[in-house]
Amino acid sequence: MADLTTKLGTIQLKNPVMTASGTFGFGTEYLDFMDLGRMGGIVVKGTTIRERQGNPYPRMAETSSGMLNAVGLQNKGVDYFVKHIYPEIKDFDTNVFVNVSGSTLEDYVETAEIINELDKIPGIELNISCPNVKEGGMAFGVSCPMASQVVKEVRKVYKKELMVKLSPNVTDIAEIARAVETEGADSVSLINTLLGMAVDAKTRKPLLSTVTGGLSGPAIKPIALCMVWQVANAVKIPVVGLGGIMNATDAIEFLLVGASAIQVGTANFIDPAVSVKIVEGIDKYLDDNGFKSVSEIVGALEI
Amino acid sequence: MKKFILDLDIVENQRLNYQYVLLKLTHSETLPPILPGQFAQIRVDGSPETFLRRPISINFVDTERNQLWLLIQVVGAGTRCLAELKVGEKLNLIFPLGNSFTVPEDKKAQIALIGGGVGVAPMLMYGEWLHRHGYKPNFLIGARSEVDLLQLEEFSKYGKVFTTTEDGTHGEQGYITQHSCLKSLSFDYIFTCGPTPMMKAVARYAQEKGIFCEVSLENLMGCGIGACLCCVTDTTEGNLCVCTEGPIFNVTKLKWQI
Ligand SMILES: Cc1cc2nc3c(=O)[nH]c(=O)nc-3n(C[C@H](O)[C@H](O)[C@H](O)COP(=O)(O)OP(=O)(O)OC[C@H]3O[C@@H](n4cnc5c(N)ncnc54)[C@H](O)[C@@H]3O)c2cc1C
Ligand SMILES: Cc1cc2nc3c(=O)[nH]c(=O)nc-3n(C[C@H](O)[C@H](O)[C@H](O)COP(=O)(O)O)c2cc1C
Ligand code: FES
Repeated sequence: MADLTTKLGTIQLKNPVMTASGTFGFGTEYLDFMDLGRMGGIVVKGTTIRERQGNPYPRMAETSSGMLNAVGLQNKGVDYFVKHIYPEIKDFDTNVFVNVSGSTLEDYVETAEIINELDKIPGIELNISCPNVKEGGMAFGVSCPMASQVVKEVRKVYKKELMVKLSPNVTDIAEIARAVETEGADSVSLINTLLGMAVDAKTRKPLLSTVTGGLSGPAIKPIALCMVWQVANAVKIPVVGLGGIMNATDAIEFLLVGASAIQVGTANFIDPAVSVKIVEGIDKYLDDNGFKSVSEIVGALEI
Repeated sequence: MKKFILDLDIVENQRLNYQYVLLKLTHSETLPPILPGQFAQIRVDGSPETFLRRPISINFVDTERNQLWLLIQVVGAGTRCLAELKVGEKLNLIFPLGNSFTVPEDKKAQIALIGGGVGVAPMLMYGEWLHRHGYKPNFLIGARSEVDLLQLEEFSKYGKVFTTTEDGTHGEQGYITQHSCLKSLSFDYIFTCGPTPMMKAVARYAQEKGIFCEVSLENLMGCGIGACLCCVTDTTEGNLCVCTEGPIFNVTKLKWQI
């Protein structure tokens, strides 16, 4: 058995497999299907300073090899999280990251400050890339000055692992990655969903209440791989790769292009036990190919 | 209730008519407990067009034969694929999911189970359950035409059956909400599943008469287990997930324009 541990900035993961925000609930939804202790980490649902109802139904549409969602960060707010959800998940035997989102700079800072006080949360994933909210969200992630500013301000109040989740809906993702690295991000995760839409020709209407939404699933994997490769070549901080990972082979491809860890998103809907299978698959790949540790394949792409 | 991911074996694929099939499935071990009204998330084949699982109600559980039934209406690629499954093939299900119907306290209560189209699916299991527990359910089933009426012999094992067809080929002519029994009988409980316009008409009737009424919703689903928040319906408590807080809701809780 190879050494699966991987370093993510300030913390060590038992293996490089995490679950992606918004696709794994708070982890509790998956307890019937898998042992969370097998995971390198989990990233829980997007949390905001105040409760959000999210967008009206319909919020999803299946598309070829993927899906569009327009959930719009429905959550009960950070205070509810601290009071009611944190106690239930704090003793999971894995690294629990909170995905933090906001409409304004102050929202991000206040939420991060509150999460900073939670002992058993080793890090946050700063979501500056949600395409499904009207104000804020992705707006922070598509311009270098705004991305820099939000990371700079959050860094002042947040003392633990600060992972910044990047949007693919930009001209040059490497530039944004460099900007957040400069402001003190410990790691970056990418990609969030790609802006997309679906239309019903029969009714001549959009399939989502919001008209546009975020595309995820295997349909986006080639784009995600390319962006992870570009970012891994542009920054020194660890890169967490995601986008369309369905199995261990997909995950290994992300590691090869330079990701130190990966996240599993939409695949959890199809097989709620898939992330554990991905851990096992990576382990087997390392053994079969004579690697002693996962770090040997991070960025090992032969060109 | 604990949820399972299991590969079940197809033991029968019965074509009911041009649009419907009844699949009977079994497992080498005893099937887990399932409540009436619950559903399964079914892995179709993972092809690009049927990438996500499909939610399908549990139509019936035959504990004697350790069989689970699914009633499928072919509407698109996924359900077509399910309808073409052959005996001996396997089907991957996540189940049991969702809540179940409220059980009336009084066994003498007048109960109406109203189903339209494929919405009859969960009514069979609930009807059998009620019958087995000493209740006397009435089944009100509506369809376009006689060929669209499904499982009538099954229903008649567990209670009285009233039907309507739009073309008058079976039972009374019209919509199920126009059936004369709704005027002649006074119901204490109504449970309904079917096309939204039908459920809304039923809800309107129940509201006017002050009758307890639960509906089973069929929202689009991403995960089926409460993780993605895609399946919400607007309620007096805000947006709630149909897959975990439902699929069965009391109509008074729903913010429906009825
Ligand atoms: C809790 C629940 C229980 C269900 N029980 C049953 C059942 O017992 N038997 C059964 O045949 N079907 C049932 N359905 C509906 C079934 O899930 C859909 O018909 C199926 O997913 C369609 O897949 P498809 O690939 O064949 O069609 P698609 O190609 O995905 O869609 C074909 C057409 O059907 C529409 N459609 C798809 N899903 C739904 C939906 N959930 N509600 C309304 N319209 C939809 C699409 O918009 C499209 O116009 C249930 C749904 C839910 C949520
Ligand atoms: C239903 C749904 C909800 C999501 N919610 C969030 C969220 O709250 N915060 C976030 O940063 N990303 C969210 N995402 C994006 C995923 O975390 C991930 O970045 C994206 O889906 C790409 O990965 P995948 O193809 O493996 O799903 C969501 C994705 C889906 C499908
Ligand atoms: S379908 Fe994912 S939460 Fe209901």
